[in-house]
Amino acid sequence: MRLNVNGQTHEVDVQEDMPLLWVLRDELNYTGPKFGCGIAMCGACTVHIDGVATRSCTLQVGDVDGEVTTIEGLGTPDVQHIVQQAWVEHQVAQCGYCQPGQIMQASSLLDANPEPTDDDIDVAMSGNLCRCATYPRIRAAIHTAAAKMKEA
Amino acid sequence: MGRIAKIARRTFLLGSVAVIGGVAFGYWKYKQPYGNPLDDRLTDGEASLTPYVKVASDGITIITPRAEMGQGVHTTLAAMVAEELDVELNAVKIEHGPASYAYYNEAVLEEAVPFLPTDHGMVAETMRGFTKVPAKFLALQITGGSSTTPDGFVKMRKAGAAARTVLVQAAAQKLGVSESNLKTENGHVIAPDGTKVAYTELATLAASIEPPADPDLQPQSEWRLLGKSQPRVDMVSKVTGTAPFGVDTQLDDMLYATVRVNPYLGAGVRSYDASETLGMRGVKKVVEVTNGLAVIATNTWYAMEGAKALEVEWKPAPYPLTTDEHFAQVAASFTDERQDSQNRNEGDVEPLLAGGNVTEIEYRAPYLAHATMEPMNATAWLRDGKLDIWAGNQNPTLARQFASNVTGIPAEEIEIHTPYLGGGFGRRGEMDYVQLAVEVAKGMEGTPVKTTWSREEDQCHGFYRPISIGRIKAVMEDGAPKAIDIQLAAPGAIIDAFSRQGLPAAGPDGSIPMAAWDQPYTFPNYRVTAYKVPTMLPVTFWRSVGGSQNAFFQESALDELAHAAGVDPIEMRLKSLTHGPSRKVIEAVVEMSNWGSAMPVGHGRGMAFCLAFGVPTAEVIEVANTEDGIKVTKAFAAVDVGVALDPGNIEAQVMGGLNYGLSAAILSQITLDNGEVEQTNFHNYDAMRMYQAPSIEVKILENAEKIRGIGEPGTPPAAPALANAIFAATGTRLREMPFSNFVDFA
Repeated sequence: MRLNVNGQTHEVDVQEDMPLLWVLRDELNYTGPKFGCGIAMCGACTVHIDGVATRSCTLQVGDVDGEVTTIEGLGTPDVQHIVQQAWVEHQVAQCGYCQPGQIMQASSLLDANPEPTDDDIDVAMSGNLCRCATYPRIRAAIHTAAAKMKEA
Repeated sequence: MGRIAKIARRTFLLGSVAVIGGVAFGYWKYKQPYGNPLDDRLTDGEASLTPYVKVASDGITIITPRAEMGQGVHTTLAAMVAEELDVELNAVKIEHGPASYAYYNEAVLEEAVPFLPTDHGMVAETMRGFTKVPAKFLALQITGGSSTTPDGFVKMRKAGAAARTVLVQAAAQKLGVSESNLKTENGHVIAPDGTKVAYTELATLAASIEPPADPDLQPQSEWRLLGKSQPRVDMVSKVTGTAPFGVDTQLDDMLYATVRVNPYLGAGVRSYDASETLGMRGVKKVVEVTNGLAVIATNTWYAMEGAKALEVEWKPAPYPLTTDEHFAQVAASFTDERQDSQNRNEGDVEPLLAGGNVTEIEYRAPYLAHATMEPMNATAWLRDGKLDIWAGNQNPTLARQFASNVTGIPAEEIEIHTPYLGGGFGRRGEMDYVQLAVEVAKGMEGTPVKTTWSREEDQCHGFYRPISIGRIKAVMEDGAPKAIDIQLAAPGAIIDAFSRQGLPAAGPDGSIPMAAWDQPYTFPNYRVTAYKVPTMLPVTFWRSVGGSQNAFFQESALDELAHAAGVDPIEMRLKSLTHGPSRKVIEAVVEMSNWGSAMPVGHGRGMAFCLAFGVPTAEVIEVANTEDGIKVTKAFAAVDVGVALDPGNIEAQVMGGLNYGLSAAILSQITLDNGEVEQTNFHNYDAMRMYQAPSIEVKILENAEKIRGIGEPGTPPAAPALANAIFAATGTRLREMPFSNFVDFA
């Protein structure tokens, strides 16, 4: 089976019903997407399929029909995506485990809706759980990223 | 000194840690330092100046030997060292470092003495000082009890100062200049003629010089880093997916495992059939582990699918099978026989309670899971009598001991690697997941195996926040409590955890009356009695421990009493509070929230106060009763940490702690159906989400007597402040958590 992840093509030999998350983590060593629940209830595993936020823990690898982007493909420590820069500016992360998923969800939201209201943020982000409850700073960082994207 | 001698002659009781012989034993041995664990781990060209500072030609490393589970301690601990070492935080590497007794926590037992946290008299302080002795002998490298900051505040700065001293002495030798003429700046020693020598060039020479045991520290007025918000050292890696968590451990030729453990906690396997599992793709082996089975496969998903296919007959539950029976056990524990402690008994409540006009109220709190975002996991590699473990954990020396018990390898020879923790909240102070991973590795000797639990295994095999009941009786006079009698019944989290961990566990369990007996209120007749319920489900420390339920009981009761008497609940509290820092946090939230100002119909405000882990904390919650249910609209918190080392991080911890308390109060409970935990995943053990999170204002005060940690104090007042706000908005009084069992939330 062929999989395009962060612009690279990988050949994988796994069961077709294996969730994309575990293919990424255990077969291809992309450990940015996290395992949280396995039932699409927490969002820690969020990646983009053709730019759209998707829960990789319930998406069977055989059903992937687009390019996969993980947090590692969004930006790097040296070249951060605007959303990641906003997360740093607001010092969002505490334990940090959910943040790759939060950031992938937020960047997908901003692609679809460059000026989200607080209600838009509530709707888009409420599938992403954060047990450290960093929500106030996530909200602030999304607004900052939106403003920066508008300038850019 | 008579009182100290008397206490010391008796068993020296520290909460639940009984140290026989008290202060008389082995003080000389206490004075001996533990060796520097870095010494035998150095590579060529590296020098270790103290257990906390490593210098090599290519850079400086600061060791921050506490779990980074979100509370920002790697940044704050590193800043303590960097402040005195005279380096910038972004110019050094920061590592958790190995498991070692040298990194024991000397502050964790300080508040276990039977003195009020507001008592800074000679006797209380002397007894707190003595706790350093048993703390050293127990030698727990523990992260918990909001103790990291007070534990590190002096010793980490001294470590930085000692390292700086020997670096300056080395430069003096090298340059032939007197030490007193040398300055330091940003990782360099600077001579009077402007010559700059980098610390990294002085490593080997400096390592040959004995560091001073008690170097002078910079005065607070000279601090460059401390007292100012620092960018977290883990932030960039955490937002780019490059931060290593335990679950991200990758080793060559590694295999992947998962566990399936008896859903009746603590009971074993009667029989099993693994034949279907062993025929499944990717499955390598099924091994027996404590109370269950593990499946080892070529990836985690194959292991999890294999685990589902196991046919297992389990032994029955060793505890009552329904939540009602558990609550019945708690309710039946208010007896003389089960009385565990009565740390507070001022005045005489009995004759007043025997009179008329006694208010009696009962409150309840359920079992709770920690539900860290990162499910339990650990990687272990056993080969040739050597064992390495990679596990996000809150107690590496204990992890080592558990691994030693499984393998027979001496604990000191086992290497513990502690990556970031995807949440801890107390759960990762328990070592069951390390033990199981080592048992798996023992079944696959020679190969590294990462054992990752499913969310379902994690939820259903917790060590839970104790179930509890609080019964409060009160007599009011002139709008203030004349007598308050608080009775608290719960299983003992400390005794239960310590007995699993092989630690001395005797005497009363300090977790049961925690954040109740030790409050600074001055009610003239005031009694707090703790009753210990026999352990049923395993229980342990859960963010803020006893504070998580006791503040709800006491602060709800005070609100009820005030409303019944027709007085303002804050004015009523202030009448019975003389402790200055406590009054000031309450006054701060009064001002922040504009307490007393008019609110629209259907809106309400509630306040609660709690002094936990030495931090007076007041919170005001505002709610609106909407068509969809109660919405938490706004929160205000004021805390007093004595000295605020990193205001930005403290704000984050208070916001997170408050929300953690709200989340539990609104949503969370662990219940049993025929002995099995019913809440198996986030669909039925939900937690606060973005749309439920209020905006929060935090004020940090520094009036208190001592520096304190802030990971937990934000949690206790959240539930009662919310219950009090809901009463103000709707007239409905909530006396049992979670509140969503009784009212709808938007």
